[in-house]
Amino acid sequence: MNRNRLQHQVACMRKSLFDQGYLDEPFIQLEELQDDANPNFVQEIVTLFYTDSARLIQNIEHALNSRPIDFNKLDDYMHQFKGSSSSIGAKKVTNECTVFREYCSAENAEGCIRSFQQVKQEYAILRRKLEVYLQMVGQAAVSQTA
Amino acid sequence: MNFSCGRGAMSITSSSAAWKPADAVADQFPAGLRVLVVDDDPTCLMILEKMLRTCLYEVTKCNRAETALSILRENKNGFDVVISDVHMPDMDGFKLLEHIGLEMDLPVIMMSADDGKHVVMKGVTHGACDYLIKPVRIEALKNIWQHVVRKRKNEWKEFEQSGSVEEGDRQLKQSEDADYSSSANEGNWRGSKKRKDDEEETDERDDTSTLKKPRVVWSVELHQQFVAAVNQLGIDKAVPKKILEMMNVPGLTRENVASHLQKYRLYLRRLSGVSQHQSNLNPPFISPQGATFGPLSSLNGLDLQALAATGQLPTQSLARLQAAGLGRPTAKSSIPMTLVDQRNTFSFENPKLRFGGQQQQHMNNKQQINLLHGIPTNMEPKQLDNLQHSGQSIGNMNMQVASHGAQNNQNNSLLMQMGQPQSRGQVLGDTTVSQSPGHPSSMGQPILSNGMAANFASRNGIPENIGGPSYNTVSQASSTLNLPLNFPMNHASELPGNSFPLESTPGISSFSSKGVFQDVSSEIKGSVGFMLGYDIFNDLNQHKTQSWELQNVGMTFDAPQHSSSLQDDLHIMQSVSVQQGSTVQMNGHNRSAAIASKAMFSAGDIKEHGNAQNVNQHLNNLVDNARRVKSERIYDTSPANLFPDHFGQEDLMSALLKQQDGIGPTENEFDFDGYSIDNIPV
Repeated sequence: MNRNRLQHQVACMRKSLFDQGYLDEPFIQLEELQDDANPNFVQEIVTLFYTDSARLIQNIEHALNSRPIDFNKLDDYMHQFKGSSSSIGAKKVTNECTVFREYCSAENAEGCIRSFQQVKQEYAILRRKLEVYLQMVGQAAVSQTA
Repeated sequence: MNFSCGRGAMSITSSSAAWKPADAVADQFPAGLRVLVVDDDPTCLMILEKMLRTCLYEVTKCNRAETALSILRENKNGFDVVISDVHMPDMDGFKLLEHIGLEMDLPVIMMSADDGKHVVMKGVTHGACDYLIKPVRIEALKNIWQHVVRKRKNEWKEFEQSGSVEEGDRQLKQSEDADYSSSANEGNWRGSKKRKDDEEETDERDDTSTLKKPRVVWSVELHQQFVAAVNQLGIDKAVPKKILEMMNVPGLTRENVASHLQKYRLYLRRLSGVSQHQSNLNPPFISPQGATFGPLSSLNGLDLQALAATGQLPTQSLARLQAAGLGRPTAKSSIPMTLVDQRNTFSFENPKLRFGGQQQQHMNNKQQINLLHGIPTNMEPKQLDNLQHSGQSIGNMNMQVASHGAQNNQNNSLLMQMGQPQSRGQVLGDTTVSQSPGHPSSMGQPILSNGMAANFASRNGIPENIGGPSYNTVSQASSTLNLPLNFPMNHASELPGNSFPLESTPGISSFSSKGVFQDVSSEIKGSVGFMLGYDIFNDLNQHKTQSWELQNVGMTFDAPQHSSSLQDDLHIMQSVSVQQGSTVQMNGHNRSAAIASKAMFSAGDIKEHGNAQNVNQHLNNLVDNARRVKSERIYDTSPANLFPDHFGQEDLMSALLKQQDGIGPTENEFDFDGYSIDNIPV
């Protein structure tokens, strides 16, 4: 029962993540890549994403705080961030990155700063949700093998 | 960065995938395909690795371009295909692409989160065989093997071509004709081309029919010898024949040298072009009179020098070009339409030539020499280093193959396969070979074009008399191939005359290879790729045959093609594989032509040089044609299309033009206005 309930919860949460637009198709690809050879593939990728994102966010912060602002560098960092977030299907985060890049190419510092806040916010929300979700997934998996 | 050599990466036999010639590869293929994936994003890299493993490929991943290069160099023939991200911190993905093309001649797939047309086009022009948009789906990766097969197949084709030139030529011609019938403005050009094909065909046959040229691998030593010979001969005189003589390498053919020369030039060009890219961007469209050839000439000169250096630009051709530039149409001065088709970049140098011949000549001479050294200060040492470096990396296996001599036979193919960087191709090779019995690929490194192509902007010098009459020259035997030198317009500005001569070299043989828009975007930005005239080459000796029978080759490429469903693959449309293919097909000689055909259209050049009457006409024609053609046509490998380059050029043109439209400020330069060089005095 526990197992079923867990599985049910996992399924529900997963559905809502997609329905609400936090996750997108690429995430499904990740899930499909997970197999017996890599039973924790999704978790590994997501963890890698967190680490890399933290670094990029820091770089962007730094670039935004420096004067004069180097928009090329900013765009570069954001391009990277967008690339990795889109790879895992982090839809909302990716969208915010796109907005940021638009401000960046327009060299609109204000816009960049504002949209970067949005990026960070979406990133934080997604991260939280994913952590919860994956934890549930892990528990369900364990309960299955039990 | 962690990279693990895929199992069996080093040796063919260790791979568990059945890449054994004898096996029915089909079953296991593409399992075991050896892929090197390069991406600085650790998340993406890991995902890609997993996806590729799921496709049963052998994956090696690395997060830095430099590392990737060294892995490739250390494991010659250890990989079948490379997938690389565009944006990387230590090296631009396109640069990596060029290096790989130059040194290893492997198919390279670019990927990026950036799907802007501009960037994608850049991938195309640099010779990527495909461009994937991130996030990459596993489905997209499942199909990458086609690029490997295609490339091999093209190589075989080329080889085959050399063996059965006549047939191929005929076939090509037919397809070419067929193609032409549907395009406008073919008129003279087509006629010329045909004549030229005839000539070449005959000549080529004599030259190569009995020669089975195994693929030549330009090892470090070999390349060094080559460079030494080139330097010794001097830019002006470095023609394949002489280089060959100086090198005195048994088993090496003039075609091999010619083709390598093309690549070398492209490489030089790219090196110097990049730096000058910006500066010469907007050379004013030189008015007929007296325009300052200065800036333009630099470009031309560079090209000329490069051409000369590569031995493709014989003095005579140069002279001829200059003469052409002077406005005296020479028999062969027109740039064959074919060249254009081949997507060569139009070298605006031609227009320049039109101005002040004297001056030009003068300039040409000087500039050539000067430029060569001048340009490149940044270029030479670098490129030499690179080249040598690459030379080293270019395995010796090919040499082995080469040493096996011309025996066209299964052996060769096998050897070649082994020798070739992509030894994995065995399976492919075998199958291919069986189709084309015993035709060792004559292309030493046909696909250098991949990277080299990028460098080699085939400049099809658009001869001044590009107009109708000029097309006629195309038919002339001397078909100078458009050296795919991609000199940015920057250079062009300095070499007004120089470049022109190149282009005007008669007979740019119709290279059927489809030119690659190498750096079209950069070109557009102002570096006018001028088409170096392989014309010069052609002119040079080639009347006969120097068989730039690319045309033929190109044609044969399509015509005989068997079937392979791969060919039909739409990917071809999207990638420059076709181009590669055509390049590959050619034997060394042709190959260079093919590369040449990758000339880029530099509208800017035309504008700058202003010389463009012919050029304009030509361009206009091309443009018109191009417009009619879908940009995809460029990659159209359908038999009907191969036709040589004519089409390619048009397509290229259109693509280029479109590209221009999409490109920022630089575009203006390449605006069609430039083409309407009505006011350019001849």
